[in-house]
Amino acid sequence: MAPAGSACRGLSANAAQRPQGKNNGKRGDGMNDIWRMIGQRLLLGVLTLFIISVVIFGATELLPGDLARELLGQSATEETLAALREQLGLNDPAPLRYWNWLTGVLQGDFGVSMATQKPISELVGTRLGNTLFLALYAAALSVPLSLLLGVLAALWRNSIFDRASNALALTAISFPEFFVAYILVLWLAQTGIFPSMVRITSATTTGDLLYSAFLPALTLTLVVTAHMMRMTRAAIINLLASPYIEMARLKGMSPMRVVLRHAVPNALAPIINVVALNLAYLITGVVVVEVVFVYPGLGQLMIDAVTNRDIAVVQAIALIFAAAYVLLNLLADVLSTITNPRLMHRK
Amino acid sequence: MTILLSIFIGLGLFFLVGFAGRTALHAAAPAHHKPMFRDMPLTASFGLAVIAIYVVVAILAPVIAPFGEGQVLGAAYQPWAAPHYLGTDKLGRDMLTRLIYGARNTVGIAFATTALAFVLGSVLGIWAALVGGRLDQWMSRFVDALMAIPALIFSLLLLTIFGTSVLTLILVIAAVDATRVYRLARSVAQGIVVMDYIEAARLRGEGMWRLIRREILPNAMAPLVAEFGLRFCFVFLSISALSFLGLGIKPPTADWGSMVRENATLITFGDITPLLPAGAIALLTVAVNFVVDWQLHRASGLKE
Amino acid sequence: MEKPVLLTIKGMQIEGRSGDAWHPIIKGVDLTLHKGEVLGLIGESGAGKSTLGLAAMGFARDGCRISGGTIDFDGIDLRTAPEAARRGLRGKRIAYVAQSAAASFNPAHKLIDQYCEGPVVHGVMSREKAEADAVELYRRMRLPNPEEIGFRYPHQVSGGQLQRAMTAMAMACRPDLIIFDEPTTALDVTTQIEVLAAIRDIVRQFGTAAIYITHDLAVVAQMADRIKVLLRGDEVEEADTRSMLAAPREDYTKSLWAVRSFARTEQPPATGTPVVSVRNVTAAYGTVDVLKNVSFDIHARRTVAVVGESGSGKSTTARVITGLLSPRKGEVLFNGKPLPPSFKARSREELRQCQMIYQMADTALNPKLRLRELIGRPAEMYLGLKGKALETRIRDLLALIELEPDKYIDRLPGELSGGQKQRIGIARALAAEPQLIICDEVTSALDQIVQEGILKLLDRLQGELNLAYMFITHDLATVKSIADEVVVMQHGAVVERGPKAELFADPKEDYTNLLLSSVPEMDPDWLNRLLAERGELA
Repeated sequence: MAPAGSACRGLSANAAQRPQGKNNGKRGDGMNDIWRMIGQRLLLGVLTLFIISVVIFGATELLPGDLARELLGQSATEETLAALREQLGLNDPAPLRYWNWLTGVLQGDFGVSMATQKPISELVGTRLGNTLFLALYAAALSVPLSLLLGVLAALWRNSIFDRASNALALTAISFPEFFVAYILVLWLAQTGIFPSMVRITSATTTGDLLYSAFLPALTLTLVVTAHMMRMTRAAIINLLASPYIEMARLKGMSPMRVVLRHAVPNALAPIINVVALNLAYLITGVVVVEVVFVYPGLGQLMIDAVTNRDIAVVQAIALIFAAAYVLLNLLADVLSTITNPRLMHRK
Repeated sequence: MTILLSIFIGLGLFFLVGFAGRTALHAAAPAHHKPMFRDMPLTASFGLAVIAIYVVVAILAPVIAPFGEGQVLGAAYQPWAAPHYLGTDKLGRDMLTRLIYGARNTVGIAFATTALAFVLGSVLGIWAALVGGRLDQWMSRFVDALMAIPALIFSLLLLTIFGTSVLTLILVIAAVDATRVYRLARSVAQGIVVMDYIEAARLRGEGMWRLIRREILPNAMAPLVAEFGLRFCFVFLSISALSFLGLGIKPPTADWGSMVRENATLITFGDITPLLPAGAIALLTVAVNFVVDWQLHRASGLKE
Repeated sequence: MEKPVLLTIKGMQIEGRSGDAWHPIIKGVDLTLHKGEVLGLIGESGAGKSTLGLAAMGFARDGCRISGGTIDFDGIDLRTAPEAARRGLRGKRIAYVAQSAAASFNPAHKLIDQYCEGPVVHGVMSREKAEADAVELYRRMRLPNPEEIGFRYPHQVSGGQLQRAMTAMAMACRPDLIIFDEPTTALDVTTQIEVLAAIRDIVRQFGTAAIYITHDLAVVAQMADRIKVLLRGDEVEEADTRSMLAAPREDYTKSLWAVRSFARTEQPPATGTPVVSVRNVTAAYGTVDVLKNVSFDIHARRTVAVVGESGSGKSTTARVITGLLSPRKGEVLFNGKPLPPSFKARSREELRQCQMIYQMADTALNPKLRLRELIGRPAEMYLGLKGKALETRIRDLLALIELEPDKYIDRLPGELSGGQKQRIGIARALAAEPQLIICDEVTSALDQIVQEGILKLLDRLQGELNLAYMFITHDLATVKSIADEVVVMQHGAVVERGPKAELFADPKEDYTNLLLSSVPEMDPDWLNRLLAERGELA
């Protein structure tokens, strides 16, 4: 599964340009403006998280009946229903339940899993670490690779390299993750080079982990690199039509210098957004890949919870993933603000 | 060796289908469209040909398929041999038959979902851009917040609450996807709304409905159609992923995602049968992406 | 005494790609330039001026290719020389000054970094020396704060100053040749003067040869020693500046001169109730007042030209009259009756009476609608015409704007030329049978000959249909030819208004005087004279 290329490009470009218009014509100390803008972004991020928490919590309210009946089915007796309602706290009014849930979450208490009767924070704890490890592993492989490929494709645009890499990237984007994963298993795990399943115990060293998690990380890398590369290329090529690029060429600068010194600094904001978007996307990609490789991460846990309709666990994990997504976007926003000379150096 | 061979065969098929598709289209196209097809890249003609094949297979599934969709015919996991050319699955159903029916079920459901998401998202998006002001601000803020929940995660949450059936699947994915369509439709429409001809029409006293129908929609069609292709890919991959995770289309309905899941164990024995439905998904997505890429490239080329 | 030859272009042919086919842009032009000489290249849009100018650097834009001819720069064949050798010349011995400095400076780097890049990369001088040199050239280009201005980013510097900084940058390696590609076209007239003077002085000081590309004859008359006229990729004629101005040989060249001589017959001062009357209007975007106490009247059969530089509030005034922007204070009277401030509150009849023609016909006509609907819609809406009557009306309107009805009625705007599109804009306004038409810079996107046709058409229609025009423009030559009354605006306020002849003959306000005197004239001595006059005043 994959974010749509063109739509994302449009969004990231918008995100990069939005602040310019808003602050046009204001004069003042540059750094103060930057801090104010970053403050605004942080506030907006908090607000977004708040809305998300309401949506995640409130989604259960959309059910025609109540959650207990939905979970237990029509055949449930009144006693069991009442017991479950009591356990879920369904007898309280919704705003009060939301308040209790939110204050719990803010203190790291996500409630109790219905399926296992264990505290959710306990279930989530180590798995969150594993998932983060896998995402970072994939990011460490894919970000440098895709930026390099994207810049090269832009530099040699319309060459064989560009066309081939574009077609390959399109193909990779179109493959479902489980397809990529199973192909890798077939090629690399069958021959015994890499393990097709990941086991993590307390005795596993980082070296072991890097080795055994290589295939899942590679799967994610392949899918994400294709996106990032295409979007990096598009961001740079978009700029190559600018008059200042023609000016640089007419000053006798070499193609390499034109791209690296004149195009890339201006493409930073869109590229940062591209990277953030794809890192955020890794979070979702992780779910399928974890299932294929039986990787003990949050994704697996979430799928189990969905299958068991263990709603509290699903809500907790959805909130964690969404928070990670918001934080990444926030970081990208701040970074692209401070790389923009128009914003850093006011009139 | 097998890797090299399969790459070789794959490339050969790609060129064959591509050339054949281009020749056929060029021959069949009306005169004024001929240059468009003559200049189309091989990837695009390959894409169009593949899409055409899928559509034919989906429509004619009951005619082409050698057996019934859910028919249990014998032992599980039979090897590739007549009359089960692609073997049987873990319940002893014919693999080829289920692949063919899968085209109908998986592609059909994905298409219906995309269409629903599209109508919902684009109407709301264009309306928000045209009305502007506070309504637009609030709607867009809300959609932004919804989009901050990753699509798959949001779908999983909704499926947990509403349970998994084909109808909820369609509604849930369409709702999640409509937010993305909304964003695009709104930004496309915003680009059009600032044009002088919209100002002229407003000053003329035209009503909202005519503005949307005659002034905005005709100019927004090109990017919206391309977006439809991309959205279809996204929805198709989402549904397949959910089915693969056991949360989408349920057996006994033949569906490519769940077919991979059901037969995945074979892969550890080096049998590629489970990769066939996965490959079918990948091939259609590649085809649509190739065509969309060509259209986007053409649109950007025409602007210069 | 003839100076040595620097650049010889022979039989230059350049092609551009549209879709799959290559079509010619430059069709075999010769060009010779001597050391220290300034050659003016003039022509309308699409004449191939910029393409030819870039070819002098051995450069073709993406989508263009040099397909024939030779380029000899000081003994080096630029067509056969390897790309690396050409790169070594660009910026070092041949430099380029682009039309829009604001777009041509890289927003990510400081001016001085961009200045130093050329000399340092080409190995002409060290970074320290280049920086010192930059300050010196900034001073010579009369930039304010020459020591400090280089350490700003492009967006922190005004357009006129950027254009001078770009000329300084082009001078950095002391090139033998500079290509100036419409360097003052994007500037306001009062700013243009300073830039022209600075460019001319520095080119003379360093004895640099230059190719000066422009569509403005009056500008090229000040700058060039010789003028070459291009038309659709072909040379029309070439002569030294004074003789070409005095005695153009070719009909096309003569026609370029003729535009300025169109003038409508003088109208007597108008009396009675004005069609539209703007009364003490103050309007704001957000909290900033963009119009301050603006008042003027427009009578039937009269044209009022509203002139001013960019940001003077001309177009905002039009937005207040049409009701797109509600004034904070004041009102707009139509035939003596106040109009509701917002167009949403106006009746259909009120909307019909006031129509608008836009600057960019490309964005003013829905590209997906056929002319039948574009022109027919107002007639259908306002006058209730249907079927046969509507068809007849559309055909009459097309005939009125001198387009053959049978040929054009089912076309899309994309199938028309720029001038034809603007005529459709006029027809759409006429279809409503209004009393007032607001023309917002309707001729500024058009070539001079096409402009003349539009102006004549508007003039004829005014007489036939009893129209009042509000003519918004920054082009004083257009004002001279079409206006009855003139309203001069600056910073959102009316500086001066009055009958055209009076205002041009005897401007009362300093700003009006500055604006009028800044418009370049055909006389090659005009700039010298003006600078001398202003020097005396200062």
